[in-house]
Amino acid sequence: MRIPAVRGGAHRPQGFQHDPLLLLAVAILALWLLASLSAPWMGLQPNQIDLPRILAPPNAQLWLGADDLGRPVLDRVLMGAGTALAVGLGVVLVSAIGGALIGGFAALGGGLWDRLMVRLIDVFLAFPGILLAIALAGILGPGLGNLVIALAAVGWVGYARLARAQVLSLRSREHVLAARALGVGSGRILLRHLLPLAAAPLMVEATFGMAAAVISEAGLSFLGLGVQPPDASWGSMIRDGVGVLLVAPHLVLAPGIALLLVVLAVNRVGDAWRDYLDVRSRAD
Amino acid sequence: MGAQLAARLGAAAVVILGVCTLVFLLLHLVPGDPVEAMLGESARPADQAALRQHLGLDQPLPVQYWNYLAGLLRLDLGQSLINQRPVAAVIAERFPATVQLTLAALALALIIALPLGVLAARHRGGPLDSAAMGFSVLGLAIPNFWLGPVLILVFSLWLGWTPVSGREGWSSLILPTLTLGTGLAALLARMVRASLLEVLHEDYIRTARAKGLSESALLWRHALRNAALPILTLLGLQLGGLLGGAVITETVFSWPGIGSLLVDAIKARDYPVAQGCVLLISLIYVVVNTLTDVLYLWIDPRVQ
Amino acid sequence: MVEQAGAERGVAGPEAGAAGAAGAAGAAGAAGAVLEVRGLRTQLGGAARPVTVVDGIDLRIAPGETLALLGESGCGKSMTALSLMRLLPLGGRIVAGSVCLGGHELLSLPEREMRMLRGGRMAMIFQEPQTSLNPVMRIGAQVAEAVRVHEDMDRTRASAWVADRVQELLRAVGIPDPERRAEDYPHQLSGGMKQRVMIAIALAGNPRLLIADEPTTALDVTIQAQVLQLLKRVQRDTGMAVLLITHDLGVVAETAERLAVMYAGQIVEQASCAEFFAAPAHPYSRKLLESLPTAAKRGGQLAMIPGRVPALDQSFAGCRFAPRCDRVLESCATTEPDWQAVSQDQQVRCLLWRAGPSSGVAAASAQAADVAQPGETAMAPAPASALAPKLGAEPLLRTEGLKVWFPIRRGLFKRVVGHVRAVDGVDLTLNAGETLALVGESGCGKTTAGKGLLRLEQPTGGRVTYGGQDLAQLAPARMRRLRKDLQIIFQDPFASMNPRMLIGDIVGEGLQALGIERQAARRRERVAALLERVGIGAEAMTRYPHEFSGGQRQRICIARALAVEPRVIVCDEPTSALDVSVQAQILNLLKSLQQDFGISYLFITHNIAVVSYLAQQVAVMYLGRLVEQGPVADILGNPRHPYTQALLSAVPSIDPDSGREQVRLSGDMPSPAQPPSGCYFHPRCPVARPECAQAYPEAVHLDAQHQVNCLPEIVGA
Repeated sequence: MRIPAVRGGAHRPQGFQHDPLLLLAVAILALWLLASLSAPWMGLQPNQIDLPRILAPPNAQLWLGADDLGRPVLDRVLMGAGTALAVGLGVVLVSAIGGALIGGFAALGGGLWDRLMVRLIDVFLAFPGILLAIALAGILGPGLGNLVIALAAVGWVGYARLARAQVLSLRSREHVLAARALGVGSGRILLRHLLPLAAAPLMVEATFGMAAAVISEAGLSFLGLGVQPPDASWGSMIRDGVGVLLVAPHLVLAPGIALLLVVLAVNRVGDAWRDYLDVRSRAD
Repeated sequence: MGAQLAARLGAAAVVILGVCTLVFLLLHLVPGDPVEAMLGESARPADQAALRQHLGLDQPLPVQYWNYLAGLLRLDLGQSLINQRPVAAVIAERFPATVQLTLAALALALIIALPLGVLAARHRGGPLDSAAMGFSVLGLAIPNFWLGPVLILVFSLWLGWTPVSGREGWSSLILPTLTLGTGLAALLARMVRASLLEVLHEDYIRTARAKGLSESALLWRHALRNAALPILTLLGLQLGGLLGGAVITETVFSWPGIGSLLVDAIKARDYPVAQGCVLLISLIYVVVNTLTDVLYLWIDPRVQ
Repeated sequence: MVEQAGAERGVAGPEAGAAGAAGAAGAAGAAGAVLEVRGLRTQLGGAARPVTVVDGIDLRIAPGETLALLGESGCGKSMTALSLMRLLPLGGRIVAGSVCLGGHELLSLPEREMRMLRGGRMAMIFQEPQTSLNPVMRIGAQVAEAVRVHEDMDRTRASAWVADRVQELLRAVGIPDPERRAEDYPHQLSGGMKQRVMIAIALAGNPRLLIADEPTTALDVTIQAQVLQLLKRVQRDTGMAVLLITHDLGVVAETAERLAVMYAGQIVEQASCAEFFAAPAHPYSRKLLESLPTAAKRGGQLAMIPGRVPALDQSFAGCRFAPRCDRVLESCATTEPDWQAVSQDQQVRCLLWRAGPSSGVAAASAQAADVAQPGETAMAPAPASALAPKLGAEPLLRTEGLKVWFPIRRGLFKRVVGHVRAVDGVDLTLNAGETLALVGESGCGKTTAGKGLLRLEQPTGGRVTYGGQDLAQLAPARMRRLRKDLQIIFQDPFASMNPRMLIGDIVGEGLQALGIERQAARRRERVAALLERVGIGAEAMTRYPHEFSGGQRQRICIARALAVEPRVIVCDEPTSALDVSVQAQILNLLKSLQQDFGISYLFITHNIAVVSYLAQQVAVMYLGRLVEQGPVADILGNPRHPYTQALLSAVPSIDPDSGREQVRLSGDMPSPAQPPSGCYFHPRCPVARPECAQAYPEAVHLDAQHQVNCLPEIVGA
C-alpha cells in the first residue's frame, strides 16, 4: 500500500515580496552595504576642512550641509556607515563564533567544565553590558580594533548561553538518540544533528546582535571612547553636533536618522527571520 | 523554600565575588603598564614609581588582590588620583542623582508599558495594537545619545519648556527621564503584550472561560498574574540596561550622577574612581536580580 | 446531600439570569431533551478559504444520558464541543444551525447571558488536566471562583458559605482531606487529582449537561478507571446528561448509552451502544472496530483504512468516506448520503442502507465474512510458528538486575542528594523471533529500561547479556559494532527525525555510519527498497520529514531501524501517538516484518490490547521493578499479581460479556525517588499484609515461564 506524501505546514509565512516593510528594510541594508563598500572609490572628502562653509545648512551642493569645520556631512555619514558596518560585523563574528563554541563545548563536555563556564557566564551577565564595554574601551584606549575587542568581550555571553541551552535540549532529542543507536559517531552527531539545528536561533540572535553592536559602537564613539578624529562615526558626529544644536540641528539629525534606519532595518529582518523559523519549527 | 533561598543567596555571593575579581583584573588586563597609561609616556620615572607605590602596584598580584578585597570590606575603594579624595566619598556624593534618575525612568517605563501592552494584547491585530508595536519598534531602535539631543532641541531650545542640562529643580528631571525611560518602555510593552498573548492561549484560560467568567475577570484574575512572572524577570534583567543607559544619558544632560562621573574619570584616567563606579553599578545590578529571584520564589508556587 | 441541594439550586439559579420568561415554555417544548443540536456548522480560518470543521451536526441528549461522540483526530469532535459552549478559538465561527439547551436557543444569546450558562447549566472538562488549572492559584480558590459566578449573590457574600460549598464539592469528587487540599496549588496534585478538581469546578454550577472532552486520554489506565467511575457516580447522583468526546471505543462501551460516530466533520452513524457494538452499520464504524487489536485477531492482520481523512477546506459532492471505503458504490461519489434507519436505535448515513435495512444487512454480512475468514482477503495468515510461544526458545538477549538511576542534584554545589530509581533491578529475557511486551503505566520506568538495554542511558548496575557479552560493560567502540543488531523506534514520530535531513539520508544513516554500505549508489538502492517495503515508496527519499503524516513518519522510522538488519528492535510506544486505524497499519507492518526477518521486539507499551494482539511474552513493570512476567495467555488470562489484576481490570473493553471483576486501585504511583519500603506496590495493594512492608518479595515461579513477585500466600502458590 502506498501513501502519498502531504505537504506540511498550514501557515507558511508570506515571502518578503508581500511585505513592503520588510522589502524596505532589505533595501536599506543593501544601500548601507553598498555605501560602506564603495565609499573608498566614491571620491568622498569627509575630512576636507573648508572654513567658509562652516555649519552650512543642507543645499544643492552640500545635500546634508557642512559641519563645524566645514566638512561635508553627507560624506561623513557615508564614511560612518563603513565604520558601523566594520564594527558591527567584527563584533558579531567574534562574539557569536566565540560564544557559540564556548557554550556548545560547555554543554557537550559537561561536568566541572560546564559548571565553571556557567559561573563565568553568570559573572559576565552580572555587568550591565554597555557599562563593561565603556570600562574596557576606556582602559584599552581608543581605536577601531579596541572597540571591537571591548564589545565582543561583552557580547559573547549571550551567544554562549543560547548555544549551551540549544545543545542541551537537542542532545536528548529522539533523532539524536536514534543516530546514537545507529552507531553514528559523536563528531558526526555534532555536525549533522546538533549544529544545523542550533545554528538557526544563533543566527537570529546574531542579527539582533548586529543592531546592538551598531548602537553600542555609536554610543562609545559618542562618549569619545571609540573612533578617533578625524575618522567619522555616527556616534562621534552626534557628539560634535550637540554643541551647535540650535544653529545647526542637521549635524545631529543626519547621522542619527542614518543610525535609526539601519537599526530598524536590521531588527525588522531579524523579526521576519525569527517568525519564519518559529512557523517552521511548529510545522516540523 | 528556605533551602531554595539559601541556594539563590549563595549563588549571588559567588557572582559578587566574581564581579569584584573581574573589576580588579580589568586594570591588570590592560596591555602595557597601567601607570604609564595614567601618567602618560613622558612622565618622570620618579613620579611613576611614586604612583606605583601609592596604588600598591609594586606588590605581587595575589597581595594586591588580597588588599583590594580587604579594602572592599571596609568600603575603602582607594583615593582619586585627581583630587586625592576617597573614592567612596566621591561616589556617595553622586549616588543620589543616579538613583533618582533611574527610579524615575523605571516608573515612567512601567506607566507607559503596562497599559500599552495590555491594550495591545486585548485588541490584537487592531489599529491600537499596530500603533503600540510601532512605538515599541521605534523606541527600541532610538539610542539615548540621539533621543536626548533631539528632546533638548525640541523642548529646551525651540519651546524653552525645560532646562538644557544640569540638575536643578524637578523640571530638569523631565528630559533625562524621558530619554532613559523610553527604551525600557518600548521593550516592556512588547514583552507585556507577548506574555499576555501567550498566557491567553493557555488551557487554564479556556477553563476559566468555561466557568463563565467575564473577560475582565479573566484578564485580571488569571492572565495578568501568570504573565507577571516573565515580565518580572525581564524587568530585573533590564535594570542593567537602564543603569548602563544612565551612563550615556547622564553625559548628554550633564546629570551629576555616577554615570557621568565614570565617563569623566575614564577620560581623566582616574582609574580608582572608574573602578569604583563600575563596581557599584554592577553590584546594584546583582542585588536587584537576586531580589527578583527571591520575589519569584515568593510569587510562583511552582518553584518552591 | 450535595446533589439534592444541587438540584434545587439548579432551577432557580442561572436559568433566571439567562432567558427569563421564555424559560418555562421552552423547557416543556423540548420534549425532555437536555440538549438539542440541529444543523450545526462551524468554520475556521479566513473567509476566503474556510475550513468547515463541523458540517451539519444533529445531536440530542436526554437527561441522565451519556452520549459519546466518537472519532479519530481531526474529525471535528472537539470543535463540536467548543461550538456548543461557544468557546471557539480565534478565527472560529458558527455559521449555521441551532443549539438548544433545555429549550433555550444558545446561538442567539448575547455573550453576557451565554456566560451565565457556561459553567452553570452546561459545564465542560478538558483533556489535559496538567495544564487546565491556573498554576498560580490555589485549587480551593479556583473552585470558589466557579461557585461565586453561579450562585446567588446573597449566599456568596458569606465567605464561610462559599468555603463550605468548596469543601462539599471537593469531597464529592473524592479528594481526600479537602480542607487541606483546597490550600494546595495544582502542581502539588497528580494528574488524576487535577481532573477531579476540574470535575468539581464543573459541578459548581449544578450543570444539566457536562461536556467531557477526552477527559481521561492523558491519564493512566488505572486512573482513567477511577475518573470514569467518578463521572458515572456523579451523573447518577445529579441526573445530569454527559456528552463524552473520545477516540477510545473501550471508553464508549463502558460509559455511554448511545454514541455518534464522526468522520470528516459529519456524524455518519448514531446508535445505542448495544446495537452499535453488536453490528456497526457504517463501513467506517465497522473498519474502526476491526482495526482494534485484540487477542482474537492474533492469527491475522488488522483491518486497515487506506488513504487519509480528506481536507475540510473543500466542498464535497458525495460521501466523504467513499474514497477510502471498500464497499463503495458508483453513486457514492456523487450522491450525498442522508440518514437511513437501520433499526429503531440505529441510524446511518450510508447509501448501502438506502434500499432498506435488508440491503445494508446483506452488505454488512458480506463484510462480517471478511473478518471471520481473514485468509480469503488480502490479509495473509501468519505462519503457525509465529503464533504459539515456543517453549524453551533460545534467549537472544537477557537482562539481570538492570538498574538505571538518575542522580538528583541540589544546592549551590550541585551535590547529589538522592537518586531517581527509574529502573531498579529488572530481569528480562527476550527470545529469538519473539515479541516481549514490557507493560506499565507512565513513570514506571519502562522507557528507561529500553534505553538502558541499548546503552542509550548508561546502566547504573546489572548485566545485559547479548551474544555472550555484557553490553553494560562493553567498551564504546565494541558497543558501536553491536549497534547493528540492536535498534529502536520511538513514540513521537515528529521528534525522532532530524527536520533538516532528507528521508533518504535519514534511512541510510546507519548504513553509512556503521560502514555496512559505503557506496552511495548502492546505499540509495537499499534505502529505496526499504522505503518500498514499509509502504512509503522510494520517491520519498528526496523529501523532508515535515511533508509526511505521523503514521508515514513512523514507517520511515521503522525503515531506518530495519536498514542495518537488526535482530532486536526496541519499540517504545510506537503507536500511542497515532489514531486507531493508523495504529493498525503500523502493527500489521511490524508483524509482517517479524515473520519475514525473524526480528525480536521488545515492545514497550501501556496498551493492553496491543499486547494481546502482538506479544508472546509479557513483563509487567511497576515503579522500576517487574511484578509479573510470563507467556501472554497466562498474564492476560490468569494474572496473579494484585497490580496486574488491577491494571487489566481497569482497561475498558468493548466486549459486553467480559464480565470482569473490577479491581479499582486508590491513590497514585509514588515517586521513584522515594520508593516505599518492602514491596513497592504495598501502599496501594488491596490485599497487602503487614509483612509486605518489610522486604521486596522474591519471585514465585508458578510454572516454567510464569513468575510473579508477590507473597506465595497471596498468589496462592
